[in-house]
Amino acid sequence: MSGFFDIPSDLQHTYAGLIGLHLREALVPVLVGLVVSLPVAQLCVRFRWLYPPVLGVTTVLYAIPSLAFFVVLIDYTGQSETTVMIPLAVYSMVVLVPAIVEGVRSVPPETLAAATAMGFGPVRRYVQVQLPIAVPAIIAGLRVATVSSISLVSVGMLIGNQGALGNLLHDAQIYNRPELAVNSVVTTAVLAILADAALVAVRLLLTPWMPKESAAR
Amino acid sequence: MIRIDSVTKRYPDGTVAVDRLSLDIEDGSITVLVGPSGCGKTTTLRMINRMVEPSEGTILLDGADIRQQPVNTLRRSMGYVIQNAGLFQHRTIVDNIATVPRLLGWGKDRARARARELMERVGLDASLAKRYPYQLSGGQQQRVGVARALAADPPVLLMDEPFSAVDPVVRKGLQDELLRIQAELGKTIVFVTHDIDEAVKLGTMVAVLRTGGHLAQYAPPAELLSDPADAFVEDFLGSDRGIRRLSFFPSGALELQTAPVVALDADAGTIAARGSTSGAPYLLVADLDGRPLGWGDPKDLTAGEIEPGRLLSHGRPFVHGKDSLRAALDAAVLSPTGWAVGVDGTGRVVGVVSQQAVGEAIRSAHALDRGGEDARAVR
Amino acid sequence: MNLLQFVHAFFGDGSHWHGYDGIPTRVLEHVRYSLEALALAAAIGLPVGLVTGHYGRGGNALALLATAGRALPTFGLLVLVVTWLGFGLGPVMIPLVVLAVPPILVTTYEAVRSVDPAPVDAARGMGMPEPRILFQVELPVALTLILGGLRSAAVQIVSTATIAAYVGLGGLGRYIIDGLYQRNYEKVVGGATLVAALALATLAVFWAVARLTVSPGVRRGT
Repeated sequence: MSGFFDIPSDLQHTYAGLIGLHLREALVPVLVGLVVSLPVAQLCVRFRWLYPPVLGVTTVLYAIPSLAFFVVLIDYTGQSETTVMIPLAVYSMVVLVPAIVEGVRSVPPETLAAATAMGFGPVRRYVQVQLPIAVPAIIAGLRVATVSSISLVSVGMLIGNQGALGNLLHDAQIYNRPELAVNSVVTTAVLAILADAALVAVRLLLTPWMPKESAAR
Repeated sequence: MIRIDSVTKRYPDGTVAVDRLSLDIEDGSITVLVGPSGCGKTTTLRMINRMVEPSEGTILLDGADIRQQPVNTLRRSMGYVIQNAGLFQHRTIVDNIATVPRLLGWGKDRARARARELMERVGLDASLAKRYPYQLSGGQQQRVGVARALAADPPVLLMDEPFSAVDPVVRKGLQDELLRIQAELGKTIVFVTHDIDEAVKLGTMVAVLRTGGHLAQYAPPAELLSDPADAFVEDFLGSDRGIRRLSFFPSGALELQTAPVVALDADAGTIAARGSTSGAPYLLVADLDGRPLGWGDPKDLTAGEIEPGRLLSHGRPFVHGKDSLRAALDAAVLSPTGWAVGVDGTGRVVGVVSQQAVGEAIRSAHALDRGGEDARAVR
Repeated sequence: MNLLQFVHAFFGDGSHWHGYDGIPTRVLEHVRYSLEALALAAAIGLPVGLVTGHYGRGGNALALLATAGRALPTFGLLVLVVTWLGFGLGPVMIPLVVLAVPPILVTTYEAVRSVDPAPVDAARGMGMPEPRILFQVELPVALTLILGGLRSAAVQIVSTATIAAYVGLGGLGRYIIDGLYQRNYEKVVGGATLVAALALATLAVFWAVARLTVSPGVRRGT
């Protein structure tokens, strides 16, 4: 009865269901963060003066502990998935905006000059030259954001069992079944590693021009 | 003396960087290792201070195998200058220069005093002492690199393409400075470059290496230019080695003519006499101090009314006895009249010489050189 | 009530300023946990990062280790460790250290690796012993980045140390967890504000340390 994969019925999910829920709670915020970060980063690249204040704001946001963020949001969005996902989207932005800005800025000025000289307009140049060269930096940011997002979802357990796999931690205590905690930690870690590996694979696909040897970094 | 004795460097992947190389490097000389990329010149240099260990063969310093002393003791006894200087960006200029004395256990004050002394020697203003490397130009940084290498007064100086990252004007200044310092200090310098002109200019001896680490020729620069050992060396020297070789023949043997030279205030008789007797189609007009003003047709020169502005340019004069035949030939070729102007060290006209006369001097110098006389280098 | 009113109410209440649940006590506890975790993580991450970076070996192994470390969910690890080892400060240190080691380790390694090889070559050629090259040539140049890694680890520790309250420890997380169970939002918001302030203070400390320790010759342009 007390097997590793026997999920107590109070969680109202199967093991696979919890995994699906966990991935949704973790990955949707990262995607939202990416979609918002791209234009924000582009603004920071275009208007250099904008970058330091944006960095300042994101640094402060990052300093707010996830738990506090969740709890404060309960007042507005209730004890729901949304409450968990909003802070995670914000943390993703905090990681992604600097990653994209630094990545786009790291494009060598000669390359930009050459593109301009060949008649690329600003939009075309951004999409076809700057963004592809910035891909490794953006993926590096996405890896950090995704892994930390997957890890943080578990904390949602504290606000009315909104932590997907993290909810197993609660049940591990109330039913005195430590194997559920092991299951939670191991499954979450495996998900994080798989997501990380998937992003590395995406990078390899998108950047065939990069040397392969440092693929694992 | 540094004796490189049939040294081979083979890397684990099988590439041979240096192949049974033997060289004797004389004390107090500048020995230049030159060659294309991949010829093993830098590897050879780095084997001397054991930054690279040879696979076979030995290197002897004053008769003793360099492996006999602790590696860091050996390195501290050899100055090391690299491309882009490799300065420590977190240390001030004076502390950069004081590095090796500090490693040798000198007190801070003594090391810094020594560093300031060296800044002066390499031509750096004392006001730069407290600056950081990023505040200096590339040429200044390279001077700091040289000063740092000289700080502990090592008998040997290893220089790995030290001047190749600076622009040509700055490079020439650094080369002249190195020759001046060498004349004062008489170090044993091993110098790596890929620039054959730099090798010819600086080297007492030049070792030309070819790809794969083979020694193609080891000779004084004048001999290299006159007798390249094979097609590779000849090709590496480039097309105008005949002209470049003239740098090694002094211009002192040129017989300068004084007849075609008149002073600004010369009278009509002098102008007429010089014009008809000198054999030169033009007369060189000098001012009352003896400095050249320009060439004029004797028919157009009127006593007392010579206008310096209407004279033909005298070109760039050569310093008789100090400059080489190359400078004299260059002066003649560039002169609108085909005649070169020779001046003394203070810029006063000594005489003039025609292209033909320079050509004859070149022929006789070559003949003399073939006769076994050493060409005395004039730079 | 909006957030500012909560903050005002929390800090305006005199009873929050003394006693075992007072702000000074909780702040000191939080600082202590954070410092201990940071010191432990630095004691592991710095030497390993410095040495591997200096010799330029083991980068891939480190990257894998760091990825694994990051992948472990801190909160889950905390619950697990407490389940196995019981309550107390020792078990809480484990997830915090696991959280902080990867950024310290990876940044230190990358920082030392990315030092311009020319001065290192020059130093070796001048006969500088390897430890001296590491500490007097590479470290001063890599220091900005290394401090950046320590800073980001410190901020994450400060923010994550709140969960120590879940397993019964003190610190500022007490206000958040207790407030949550007591439905006392004033307390939650007050605690969150204090943690954020502490994180910002951490940033300020690191900024000051960087000003004091990084040579002006290195600082420009970064």
